[in-house]
Amino acid sequence: MSGVIIAVAIVTGVGLLCSAVLVVASKFMTVSVDEKESLIREILPGVNCGACGYSGCDMYAKALASDPSVAVNLCIPGADSVSREISTILGVKHEDVVEKVAVMRCNGVCGAKKEKHHYVGIESCSAAKQLFGGQGACTYGCIGFGDCAAACPVNAIDVFNGIAHIDGRDCIGCGLCVSKCPNGVIRVIPAASKVVVVCSNHDKGAAARKKCANGCIGCKKCETNCPSEAITVTGNLAEIDYSKCDNCGACVSNCPIGCIAYEDSSCRYY
Amino acid sequence: MFKSLLIVLMTAVLVNNYVLKQFLGICPFLGVSKKLDQAVGMGVSVTFVMLMATAVTYPIQTFLLAPFGLEYLQTIVFILVIASLVQLVEIVLKKYIPALSRSLGVYLPLITTNCAVLGVTLNNVSDGYDFVTSMVSSLGCGLGFLLAMVLFAGVRSRLEEANPPKAFQGLPIILTAASIVSLSFMGFDGIIENLFS
Repeated sequence: MSGVIIAVAIVTGVGLLCSAVLVVASKFMTVSVDEKESLIREILPGVNCGACGYSGCDMYAKALASDPSVAVNLCIPGADSVSREISTILGVKHEDVVEKVAVMRCNGVCGAKKEKHHYVGIESCSAAKQLFGGQGACTYGCIGFGDCAAACPVNAIDVFNGIAHIDGRDCIGCGLCVSKCPNGVIRVIPAASKVVVVCSNHDKGAAARKKCANGCIGCKKCETNCPSEAITVTGNLAEIDYSKCDNCGACVSNCPIGCIAYEDSSCRYY
Repeated sequence: MFKSLLIVLMTAVLVNNYVLKQFLGICPFLGVSKKLDQAVGMGVSVTFVMLMATAVTYPIQTFLLAPFGLEYLQTIVFILVIASLVQLVEIVLKKYIPALSRSLGVYLPLITTNCAVLGVTLNNVSDGYDFVTSMVSSLGCGLGFLLAMVLFAGVRSRLEEANPPKAFQGLPIILTAASIVSLSFMGFDGIIENLFS
């Protein structure tokens, strides 16, 4: 009989001790979670893309809850609806999100670009770039192993026909691909813009043409024909200033190479 | 002394691998092995909890249960202690090391009453190990679990790309792959004793 009592006493004792420790611990070591922070965190999409400039949605929610000077419109994947909900929680004025989209500035598709050498090795752009600047004759353009596609959180990038293609309908404008591209081919532009220079080559006209049939030759025809003076040719490559561009499309029709593309952002897919 | 500890460690990692040879902790093995980083997180958490659990249950066994002849209460007392220990660790981590808590946090509650953790503590007792040997053995078991998780995460990444017949898709092909990986570990039988002799 006493064996049973001892057994019961020991198990009860151990149980009571454990629960006492847990009670004390939860009393003295509670971490107060800001109610606003958890609310905001629930609203944020949770892609952890970093487009807001903070390391993940958790950090952005924390910054929003603790610092009133943090802007509510930084979440690009969440767009206007998220920023509106955040502003109602925080009781501040709502601001629209400037939606952005990533665009490829290269059209060196198979057939247009020349191969410098044949690359066999690790299937990664950054690895291929280490070896004589990549297999293509043009060292400015898309290498085509899809480092950007691997980084894309929403699978908006596909590699086919030799270069990466970004689907503007899926792209959330987070810009993760931009830092992955060893040649810096991808750029994030306002989603309202429709005109894109689809070349990154800074070589002089003849040299650029030898390397790729779709290369910008720096002829400045777009620069002279732009009514709003939004295009400048610097380093043999046309650059569009999106703060001035009004999407008139004069450059597109005047480009002799066809390396300025006019795309509707609802189906930006080239 | 050192040699015998090394033998205990390597035996726990390779020969008596908890997942692949003793089939304990299959639930996290199948559930969290989908991605490599998650698999590593789970493996590290399990190793950590196994060490903590052994450190706590060994004195309970030696100083509380054995003197009263209550060894038959091992299972229930160990479950009780390990569960509250994991809860306590979670609270402490949340308070003092929030970064570690964020990376381990998802896995800790899952491990609370994991059979691999309980199995390690019970096996240490039944094998009659002393305290140091018990700790080394649980470290080995944890590392073995980590190894199995990492290996299987690699296998599963290949399975994702494979296109098995429809009847095999999903869990059946994963279980088949797990059994083949387990079979490969059977090859370690008898290796360790001869390695150090």
